[in-house]
Amino acid sequence: MRFKTIITFSILIFFGSASLNAGQEENHGDNHELSCEDISHDHDFDAGTTAFHHIADANVYSIGPLQIPLPCILYNKQDGLSMFLSSKFGFDNLGHGDGHYAYEGYVLDGGTVRMVADPNFPKEKTEIKGIVHDIENNAFVCMGDQMYPTYAKSTADFGLFGGGITPFFDFSITKNVVSMFLVFMFMLFIFIKIAKAYRSREGQAPIGLQGFIEPIFVFIQDEVCKPFLGSKYLRYQPFIMSLFFFILGLNLFGQIPFFGGSNVTGNLAFTAVLAILAFLVTNFSGNKHYWMHIIWMPGVPAWVKTILTPVEVLGVFIKPLTLMLRLFANITAGHMVIIIFVSLIFIFGNNGTNLAGGLGTVIPSGLLTLFMMSIELLVAFIQAFVFAILTASYIGAAVEDHHEAAH
Amino acid sequence: MFLIFLADFSVIKPDVGLLLWTTIFFLLFWFVIGKFAFTPIANALKKREEDIRGSLEEAENARLEMSKLKAENEEILAKAREERAKILKEAMDTKASIVNDAKGKAKEEAQRIVTSAKIEIENEKQAALIEVKNQIGLMATEIAEKVIRKQLSGVDEHENFVGKLIDEIKLN
Repeated sequence: MRFKTIITFSILIFFGSASLNAGQEENHGDNHELSCEDISHDHDFDAGTTAFHHIADANVYSIGPLQIPLPCILYNKQDGLSMFLSSKFGFDNLGHGDGHYAYEGYVLDGGTVRMVADPNFPKEKTEIKGIVHDIENNAFVCMGDQMYPTYAKSTADFGLFGGGITPFFDFSITKNVVSMFLVFMFMLFIFIKIAKAYRSREGQAPIGLQGFIEPIFVFIQDEVCKPFLGSKYLRYQPFIMSLFFFILGLNLFGQIPFFGGSNVTGNLAFTAVLAILAFLVTNFSGNKHYWMHIIWMPGVPAWVKTILTPVEVLGVFIKPLTLMLRLFANITAGHMVIIIFVSLIFIFGNNGTNLAGGLGTVIPSGLLTLFMMSIELLVAFIQAFVFAILTASYIGAAVEDHHEAAH
Repeated sequence: MFLIFLADFSVIKPDVGLLLWTTIFFLLFWFVIGKFAFTPIANALKKREEDIRGSLEEAENARLEMSKLKAENEEILAKAREERAKILKEAMDTKASIVNDAKGKAKEEAQRIVTSAKIEIENEKQAALIEVKNQIGLMATEIAEKVIRKQLSGVDEHENFVGKLIDEIKLN
């Protein structure tokens, strides 16, 4: 597992630096001053941008091309808290979520709220010409003859991945939050129903919905909880089950075509929360033997301990980190591959100008997409299962009763 | 810079709002569904499992009990058969002895009857003889009378002669 993380990081850094060089060259080649004249070019079709746009979280909910406004809860240090519906930005109902108005100093850029950096920018609803992006994807609002720079939302990556803390925080009910709410309500509904069935039909064979869920439940209980957690399985089972069913529900929900296609489990914030909780549960349950094995491994020479201890201590943090990255990478990759396959139609159709190219690609691209979607259906189950089984194994290792004879 | 590659790739930048909402929804999921569904379901499954195991064990015990009872019955039957054979044998013996006794007794009785018959016969014979003697006496007397009537002399001679005759008859 540790090797996997190191490899993941290496790959990430390798590709990061490769594209860094490419980007610099591109920057040199395309060295013209950004201006509001670029608005018209800002929406030329680019498969990569489209993919990034579709997997991203948004302040609008898209069902097919239809954009549904969502509540915004925004905070910035100067103006404090503001709450309003994202329809205040006046985006097109059939569009890409670009607001035609600025509201309370905020603008909507491709479904994402940004804050205008200039404190003198009008706070009331103001019409804007549009938004342009520079090569580093900083957004500039065009209003009148002027270009105003904007802040992106604050992110908790400490600048590692290009985000960081800005003066503005977004606690909105975003597309992903709505998806989580829907999945939570759906799961609550079916599980309460099933729990009732167990009470009213006590001791009888399961039927209907209960009969559908029971094999899955029993599979996780018998293959994940009992083997790893032993006699204490009932204590940790709700956590493992919650991980499995929440991830599975969101994975599957994100794969419903045209229904938002929300990429919740493929968002690092989501997987980070689950990984942090797994980390907390594991380490707060850890018994004396668990900590002994990390800090001062019994039964090995002292000089080995000086190597082993740092490795074990690192392992404590790397384990949840791999959980976080594995789920994120798998689901994001799946969503992106599907979007890219669909984008082939537009690439070969030259963005609508080459009808023959576009129509010719419809069938192969559709077949590829169907193939990928069936793989993704499998991945939805596998990744939920993998997250659950690895978390169970980490908790199991932390609560296991060690016997001296076992060494 | 590094940002160019990841610039639009916003999913890798954990949004603080999403972190908060995910925490809220996952904890809700864990505590609400965990408390009202996962735990009761797990308990119900455990109870059902134990019930089934209990029932199977009971059935196994009943089966063992049955086979034990069967063995006991068999034993009792065997004993009964033995007993019957013994009783039969005893009965046969008793019968034989009774028959033998009866046979002995019958023999004895027959002997006794025979003996008593013999005695009776002897007695009858004696009685008959006496009768005969008496008849003979009477006949002799009649004869004597007739003789006397014919020859009145020599009474003594006659009487002696008669006595002699009687004795002769008695001796016979």
